[in-house]
This record gives sequence, C-alpha cells and structure tokens, in this order.
Amino acid sequence: MTVTSPVLPAAAGTATAHRHTVLRTLLRNRLAVVALAVLAVLVLAAVLAPLIVPYDPNAQNLLQRLQPPAWLAGGHRAHLLGTDELGRDMLSRVIYGTRVSLLVGAGAALLAGTVGTAVGLVAGYFGGWPDRLLMRLADVQLAFPAILLALAVIGFLGSGLGFVILVLGFTGWVSYARVVRSEVLSLRTRDFVTEARAIGVTDTAIIRRHLLPNVTAPLATIATLHVAAAIVAEASLSYLGLGVPKETVTWGGMLADGQLYLGTAWWVAVFPGLALMITSLAVNLTGDALRDVADPKAYRR
Amino acid sequence: MTTPAPLLEIDDLRVDFRLDDTTVHAVRGVSLEVRPGETLAVVGESGSGKTATALSVLRLNPEPPCAYPAGAIRFDGRDLLTVPDRELGRIRGADISMVFQDPMTSLDPLQRVGAQVAEVLRHHHGLPRSAARHSALEAMDEVGIPDPERRYRQYPHELSGGLRQRVMIAAALVGRPRVLIADEPTTALDVTVQRQILDLLVGLRQRHDMAVVLITHDLAVVAETADRVVVMNAGEIVETADVHDLFARPAHDYTRRLLAATPRLEPA
Amino acid sequence: MTLLELDGLRKEFGARHRTVAVDDVTLTVHEGETLALVGESGCGKTTLTRLLLRLLEPTAGTVRFDGRDLAALSTAELRRVRRQMQVVLQDPYSSMNPRMRVHDIVAEPLVTHDPAARGRRGRAATAQRVAALLEAVGLDPGIRDRYPHEFSGGQRQRVSIARALALEPRLVVLDEPTSALDVSVQARVLDLLAELQQRLGLTYLFVSHNLAVVRQVADRVAVMRRGALVEVGTAADVFGAPRHPYTRQLLDAVPVPDPRRARRTRDTAPPANAPRDPAGPDRPADPTGQVR
Repeated sequence: MTVTSPVLPAAAGTATAHRHTVLRTLLRNRLAVVALAVLAVLVLAAVLAPLIVPYDPNAQNLLQRLQPPAWLAGGHRAHLLGTDELGRDMLSRVIYGTRVSLLVGAGAALLAGTVGTAVGLVAGYFGGWPDRLLMRLADVQLAFPAILLALAVIGFLGSGLGFVILVLGFTGWVSYARVVRSEVLSLRTRDFVTEARAIGVTDTAIIRRHLLPNVTAPLATIATLHVAAAIVAEASLSYLGLGVPKETVTWGGMLADGQLYLGTAWWVAVFPGLALMITSLAVNLTGDALRDVADPKAYRR
Repeated sequence: MTTPAPLLEIDDLRVDFRLDDTTVHAVRGVSLEVRPGETLAVVGESGSGKTATALSVLRLNPEPPCAYPAGAIRFDGRDLLTVPDRELGRIRGADISMVFQDPMTSLDPLQRVGAQVAEVLRHHHGLPRSAARHSALEAMDEVGIPDPERRYRQYPHELSGGLRQRVMIAAALVGRPRVLIADEPTTALDVTVQRQILDLLVGLRQRHDMAVVLITHDLAVVAETADRVVVMNAGEIVETADVHDLFARPAHDYTRRLLAATPRLEPA
Repeated sequence: MTLLELDGLRKEFGARHRTVAVDDVTLTVHEGETLALVGESGCGKTTLTRLLLRLLEPTAGTVRFDGRDLAALSTAELRRVRRQMQVVLQDPYSSMNPRMRVHDIVAEPLVTHDPAARGRRGRAATAQRVAALLEAVGLDPGIRDRYPHEFSGGQRQRVSIARALALEPRLVVLDEPTSALDVSVQARVLDLLAELQQRLGLTYLFVSHNLAVVRQVADRVAVMRRGALVEVGTAADVFGAPRHPYTRQLLDAVPVPDPRRARRTRDTAPPANAPRDPAGPDRPADPTGQVR
C-alpha cells in the first residue's frame, strides 16, 4: 500500500510452502472436501468392486425377485438394497456400475478435452485458414446429431465400452475448442505473448508455456461438466440399448430395466439414478474447487 | 472576501475493506471540506485511499467488503453515511455527481450518448423526453461538444477519448450539481486533450459556482486547477494547504518527495 | 555509429478500408543513445515498434539492425539478431504470464536461445544468472519462486527489465515503461534504466506519450503524428526550439507543476469551449487495437 521499497524482503515461501498453500486453499472449501471424499470413495469402489461386492452382480436368483431394501417390510439383510427383477443383488450391481460410469466419464472428457484443446489452441493462435477450417468443422460436428453418430458407430463398428467412449469423446470436443479458441484470441494480444515473440520463442513453446497454462481454468470447468454429462449420456445410450453389452453392469442399463417396475419396486430404478446424481454432483463440485486452486491468484499469502 | 460556509464536509472518515481473513484500513481518519466555487485537489499515489475517500461521499464503495466504522460526511445538514438509500439516490447525480477516469468503461456501449446524458433528468427530475433532450443538448454544447445534435444520436465507440470524457462531464453537469467529484478525469487522455478537459473543468466551476473535488495522482494537474490541496498517503492526510503554499513551501517530507519525483519540462 | 536504421517504413492495415498506421518513416538510432519516440495515442508509435521488432511485416520499407536487413534474414539468423534487441512493454500487469514464477519469466530468453541453459547442468548456471539479473535491477533474488501478482507495478517492471537484459542485448525498446507507475516509483525505475544504460552501454528506443518524462531521459527526440514523423532532433532543440507547430502544441499542453506558471498560461489560452483536438474529434482508433 505504501511506496514500495526497491529491494523486496526475501520470500519466506519456496516451492514447498507453495504446495502447502494449494492444499490449504483446497481444504478451506468444505464443500470441496466432501466432494473429493465422495469421489475418492467412488473410485475406490470402482477399483475394488470384485473384492467388496457381496454377490456376483449377474448372479440370478429367481426365488428372490424384486426383494425390497433391508430396512423396508419384507426386506432382508442379505440384500441391503434389495434385488431386481431377476433376483440380482442391487448393491453389487450399483457398485459394479461405478466402473463403467467413471471410465466412460473420464475417458470421454480426456479424449474430447485433448482434441478440443488442440484444435482451439491452433485455431486461436494461428488464425487465418486453419482457424476457418477448424471452426467450420466444429459447426458441422455440432449440426450432426450425437445420437445419429452413436447409432452409426455402434451399428458399423459394434458395441463395447471403447466405442461408447469414442462416440462421447468425439461429440464433445467442440465446446472445448470454442472456449479455448476464444481465450487464446484474447491471450494472443496480451503483452507477455508479444514479449515472448519478440524474444524469439518458438510458436510451439508459446502455445505450451504461455497459452495452455492460462486456459486451464475454463478447461477444468468444461471438463467437469463434460464428465458428468458423459456419465449421464452413457446411461442414456445403455438405456436405449446402444451402450455396452448387456452383461456389463451399467447404471443406465439398470435404470432402463427398472423403469418397468417403478410402480411396484421403485428401488430397482432409484438406486442407480441416485448413484448417477451423486457422482455427477461430486465431479462438478470438485471441478469448481480445482479451478480455484489452479489460479495462482487464489492463494493467499 | 468572506469565506463561504463549507458545502461538503468530511469529518474523521474511516473506510475499511473487510476481506476473508484480514481487514484493510483504506482510509484512516480523513477530514476535509470544500466550499462553493472552490476546487479541492486530493492528491496521492496508488493505495493512498484517495479514491476510496471520493467514492465514500456517494457511498459507491462496494458494501461488503467495504464498511464505514467511523466518521461523517456532511452535506446540506445531512450525514451522507447514514441517510437512507432512497434519499441518497436523490442526491446522486443531482446535488453531487461524479466523473470517472475511463470514459470508455463508464459509458454504456449499447446506449446512445444523448440518452445517457439525459438520463439524470429523466430519472431525477422526471422531465418529459423533449425537455430532457433540450437540456442535454445544452449541456453537451456547454462542454464543447461540436454538433451536439449529431453526437446525441451516436454511440460511445463512435467518439474519440476526449469527446467521450466531455460526454461524461455533460452527463455529470446536466443535473446542475453543487458538488462535482472528478476521479482522475484526465489520466486516460492524451496531453492535448487533457489540457482541454482541465480548462473546461476550471471554466465550468467558475460559471456555476460549483465545488469541485479533483482526485489525482499528478501534481502538475493539481498546480493547473486546484485552489487548495490535500495530500494523502497510506490512508491518511499528510498535508492540507493552499496550492501556492504547497508548491512554494511543502511542509511534509512526503509532499517534498512527491514534488521531487514529478517530472517537469524544464531541467531543474 | 548507427545501430538501427528504418528506411521508408510503411504499414497499412485493412483491405477495403485502408488505414495507414505508419507512413514512410525514416529514422536512425545511434549506438549508446536514448532516442525518444513521442506522440499521442493512435499516432502509430506502437505499430512502429512492432515493425522494427519484426512482430509485424511492413507494407514497404526496410529495417536494418547493425547493417543487416531484417527482411533478408533466415529464421535462424533472425533469432540470433533478436537476442540483441529486447523489449519492455508498458503494462506490468499484462506483460507477465500469471502462471509463471519470476525465475521462469526471467530465464525464458536464456532457455529459448541457449541450449546450454537447459538440462540439469544448465539449470544451476541459469539460476545463478537469474539471481544476478534480479540483483542488477534492485530485487532480492529470493523472490524467484513467487508469482507476478504478488508484486507491485514497480517491482514487476523491474522483473521485466531483468528479463530484457538476460541476453545482454544492444538495443532495448522501452514501450511506455513507466506510464502505469506512480511518480515516485517511476522516478526510481527511470534512475535504474539510466544506470543500466551507462553500465552496460545499452541503446534505448524510449516510446512515450509523456513529454516531461522524455525530457528527463532522451538524447534525441522523434515526434510522431498520424503515422509520420514531424520532427526529429536533439532533446535540447526539440524542447528548446521546436520547429513544427504540432511539437509546440504538444509542449504547450504539458501541465506545469507550478501553480503560478500554470495560471499564467491559462489566462493566455483560448477559451475553454473551443475544441481543438489536434487530430480531429473523429480520428480512427489505433489499428493495433491498443488503447491508451
């Protein structure tokens, strides 16, 4: 606030101190801590699924069809969340469903994010014909219905987890590209980019060093939205029978199966739906917190 | 010549900015007064609290984080820090108006220039459109905007920086305020344009017997326009003096350093 | 000795509505001097610096640095010449990548031009060099792990200067280096620049709209208006006996930090109401998009 002294006192903090502040900033946000914990539990559940599930998720037991959750009348402690129409254990199925959902969400966001960010950086930084070409491509992509693309890919290439990720990844890159491009357009005129060019820094180094780190905040925002959207989209595809093979357990497939019994056995549809909601909420909240942390201005000294 | 009574009086003003884990005391007990027909310059460097002081007069500091733990700002027998929002709204733009540094960001880019000048009249005085238009055109003419009829219909981006600042001044004057607070009104402008705007402010003050509070970092601008000067540093007033005394016999060490650092055309 | 030579330099923007941003500028900068380029916003001075740093392609004319035509150089040769011409830009708030630490900001030119500065062995040498540079501009080397937003405008401008000196350039283009700073900070940065010039034998091209600052630093002055130079001469001549009416108008407009003199000039000035915007009220915006 006062007139600055020409020589600064030595910084108390070094790189380690800095890492501490990142952690502290993250922990200060209580909601983020809860979201992060939920996400950690989900990831653990996905990884350890075969070890922790009480039953084989595909094991049928027609004698115990549509059993209610344990705490309801007629429920049994053997099946905490009840059973579905084929007598399969709901808890085991919900836990297994985490695997596909997280994999699809992360995979699609990673694929779309990589493609979209690359396109946005190139289009925004170089401008001219590469920009026009890439942005027209983006328009075409947007005009093309995602569901049609899904149908085409799955129809021609066959179904499977990999193809679902591919479809969701390639329908999602446009929003990354657009946001990154517009950020780069304004960054490109900033003095530090001009100075870097004046020094003789190569275009690749400018993109890597000066542009990419400065678009991470909006990227984190879109990526979290996209992870959540991809998880829901996978569920919709599975619901339509376009997703992964029937024997792979997915929340979307469970929802589809359960809808027939909503009136009589609500738990068959509600638990996978609840899992879906909690997951996307946790991802979104974590993304918000990450975005704040990624900004050096957010740390307090 | 008898000294008229002060029109606006700031008494022991304190302004705090309460952030998450700290409180910044931006203004720490500032007292000043300004009389009709007088230009008072408040001069200081960034972080001196001069802008926070100026914005306090119309309570324009964002609340929160801003708070006024102590002090009074007296105008017309009222304390502006405690009058109800409704009453303050009637004072803003009508009795006391402000001109800001950057005419590009303080004008609405999507509204015609004329409408923005006339806004105060329509809003405060409830004038019908034609009467407001007439007064706005008069004000635009008075601040030296050539061909006001044509400019009235234009958008801010169609005007040069100097013309935009004239528009801002016209908008501030059209309600015939008794106090004009100008916060760095020429800092964003070229020298030749700055000269015109300073001349304009001095002329208007004389003609309308207004009290002008000029917030600036530039002692040369102070020398050109002010009658009295308040020098601020780190939220406090270090010196209050008549402009001639201040430049001839700066009493405070900080003022002397500021004077020494001010670049001048003649080699010293 | 001539270090930089601009000959008939011209830059036009736009295809349909052509604007001439730089209009046949011919100018030489001598080794070791400070040449000030003054003019008001939109006069083309920023575009001119971008042309001579080869960040923009001129429409016509040549830029010669140390006798070599920049347009005739290969990419590799141009990179080598760029080591010798560095730039410090006006706004210390946008001239630094907010995501980079001070160390990486100052080291960037070294890493870019010197393969030996990279890798494990280079890192120690680079760290030493960065520390020396920070000390040279009056900063504590201990700040190297901090981010730009933790510093005041004056401190940031010192970091910018340290970075510009990293490659031991011969010419430094200073584009309004102090106009965003408080006066007392400005005075110290100007002192630092003068001291560095003397110690390192630097040549400065000092771009500014502030004539009072230019008066303090310049050996020679070039006055620019609407893309063209209207007057070039020694500081003593331009300030003492301006030949062009525009130069005189600029000088008259500079506020004087002396209330008695200031009031005397006002009484002889034309009435406040007469608009006399020198370039006309509707002058087009600077085509480079820089607003001052």
